Amino acid sequence: MELWYTENHTDDIKFSIRVNKQIYSEKSEFQRIDIFDSEEFGRFLTLDGLMMLTEKDEFIYHDMIVHVPLATNPNINNVLVIGGGDGGTVRELTRYPSIKSIDMVEIDKMVVDACVKYIPQTASKLSDPRVTLFYEDGLKFVRNKVEKYDLIIVDSTDPFGPGEGLFTKEFYGNCFKALTEDGILVNQHECPYYTDFARSMKSAHKKIRDFFPIARVYQAHIPTYPSGHWLFGFASKKKDPIKDFNPIVWHDFNLKTKYYNTDLHLGCFALPNYVKELLESVAVE
Amino acid sequence: MSKQEETPIYDAVRQYIENRIVSFDVPGHKQGKGHKALIDAFGKQCVSMDLNSSKPLDNLTHPTGAIRRAEELAAEAFRAEHAFFMLNGTTAAVQNMIFYCCGKGDKIILPRNVHKSVINAMVICGAEPVYINPGVNPELGISLGMSVEDIKNAIRENPSAKAVFVNNPTYYGVCSNLKEIVKVAHSAGMLVIVDEAHGTHFYFGEDMPLSAMDAGADISAISVHKTGGSLTQSSMLLIGDKVDAEAMRQTINLTQTTSGSYLLMISLDIARKNLFLNGKEIFKKVSAFAEYARAEINKIGGFKAFSSEIINGDTAFAFDKTKLSIHTRAMGLAGIEVYDLLRDEFGIQIEFGDIGNILAIISVGDRELEIERLLGALSEIYRRFRKKPMNMLEHEYIEPILVTSPQKAFYAAKRTFPIEKCAGRVSAELIMAYPPGIPILAPGELITNEIIEYVRYAKEKGCAMMGTRDITMKNIETLEE
Repeated sequence: MELWYTENHTDDIKFSIRVNKQIYSEKSEFQRIDIFDSEEFGRFLTLDGLMMLTEKDEFIYHDMIVHVPLATNPNINNVLVIGGGDGGTVRELTRYPSIKSIDMVEIDKMVVDACVKYIPQTASKLSDPRVTLFYEDGLKFVRNKVEKYDLIIVDSTDPFGPGEGLFTKEFYGNCFKALTEDGILVNQHECPYYTDFARSMKSAHKKIRDFFPIARVYQAHIPTYPSGHWLFGFASKKKDPIKDFNPIVWHDFNLKTKYYNTDLHLGCFALPNYVKELLESVAVE
Repeated sequence: MSKQEETPIYDAVRQYIENRIVSFDVPGHKQGKGHKALIDAFGKQCVSMDLNSSKPLDNLTHPTGAIRRAEELAAEAFRAEHAFFMLNGTTAAVQNMIFYCCGKGDKIILPRNVHKSVINAMVICGAEPVYINPGVNPELGISLGMSVEDIKNAIRENPSAKAVFVNNPTYYGVCSNLKEIVKVAHSAGMLVIVDEAHGTHFYFGEDMPLSAMDAGADISAISVHKTGGSLTQSSMLLIGDKVDAEAMRQTINLTQTTSGSYLLMISLDIARKNLFLNGKEIFKKVSAFAEYARAEINKIGGFKAFSSEIINGDTAFAFDKTKLSIHTRAMGLAGIEVYDLLRDEFGIQIEFGDIGNILAIISVGDRELEIERLLGALSEIYRRFRKKPMNMLEHEYIEPILVTSPQKAFYAAKRTFPIEKCAGRVSAELIMAYPPGIPILAPGELITNEIIEYVRYAKEKGCAMMGTRDITMKNIETLEE
């Protein structure tokens, strides 16, 4: 018998992983949560059937969503993570002794509980004393915060489910308000290749650009995400990810990373022409 | 199984389709077989249910089968003597209430903040209005319900009037003392007819203002599509025991379509079942959403989401807590400006914005996500767009001065003048700011400087002015002499 997990990346493209065993399957108030074991990618988590992370390649996403902003501003003290129920983003953040507090707002407690139980690789640092967990809507949480965070990381699902509110103008505006004057907003920014994802990516970029004087996009290569080519948004009030980047300060943290390095920091902002054109087309709109 | 679990029209239509009846009748698309574009647009299921009256499907103008059964179930669900399915919108339901009560020259007592359909009904049937000034909340600039004392006076001065017309609730969610009005009107031999376009949920939710049928009113127009979950344009007319059901049917048949849409009727059938079985729970959730949103909005600053604190025992006797009405003046933005910002900046469409307020409709279809988006957007509007509170017009209610009946004015010889030169002339047209679609001027009324100024201001703030022949609203048709 063969058991396969399949995700439709588009109506005409399927991505499949052979599964050894299904570990967990529940429906929460917000979504369906599944955890599988596989040969090639180890244990992996899906939400509403969409790939969130695998044990084998999660380091790429979590390295890039955390170390790029932290290397840009090593003085970040207070961090807000929106989404990120698997705990991977928080795990990378806790490696910085300079960070004083991490608030994580995840709408779905069942995701966190499942990951704590079944995916300790990412969830193990959620018990760090600097971490406070809030189980509520991210848009709601950020609405009442004023100049409180140096960094907001939006580690969300795609904008067609519980994550929808995290791709809106009101959300980005509320984030701007919640950030300190050096504040940085990093978000998972979808993929540029397939049309539907590219549309979300453009729409998010346009909305962020309207608020933040610095709005850049950087990339990483993630085998289990649609097209394998994934983007992140880097928006900030003052700090430029290239001009204000000081590799020496980051090296002082003495962190061993599997994907991120300070050469890549500069390189990841260099985008293919078709992606640049997509982003520039937003500027004209 | 409770009777209310039945959906007779839906069942009859499904049976009809299963029986694979060969159609040599209308509609000509023949369940979409002849018109693929229709199927592409609406889906096969939907198009195949777009059928014509026939014996198995009953006939809306003279129902004896499935439609009659569905109307009986609706009457039971709404605690009425009889319910009529109305497919020309609640506009038609409102107009038929008036046609039933009033012929040419008959008087009807009504508040001025009625929907335009009421004025249009008077143009058609020749009824003559006796307007009651609605109460006004000066702080919010909104018109309220009618005072019982004013109704008593109007009845005393117009003992021959046929009916008293009541909004239950107004667009903003304000209710008059309906039970007392019914008592006063009935003891003077007048019928009470109620525009409940925004009150479907009063029949099913808990802790709601009193519904027309429960208050003993005689006729009510219920816009099931507004908050009850049926398709747009489907509506119901309810009657109590003082009204002759067959005479009412005859009145309705004067103007109701003879090609009643089965899609609309099925939607009424399904909505009624859902409201009866789940209404209590649904409106509990809706009320909780609205209460939560109000509390959060009032924390933002600038906005005032008002609720039952505006109740004053008379012109605001009860408040519909499912309505999310928000006063915007204290932050220096007109309601219509906030309405436009929500749509253009944030992709959020609300029901209306007028001079000083906005109204968001919360209903069966809402989830927490949308509520949070609205709250997030309002807090952004406060942060990014607020201004110093500025000069705003005192209030939006302008007392009409009646010169002749709406029907006489509508059919009279007319001359057109630029609006600013119209002071002292009599309007032949209906003028309103849309939203919210309540008349500023009706046919037969004197045009005053105050009205001209109001129209100028509302236009400047971005309200769409409607009703005049001149779509730019620069000119008004007036009576020749």
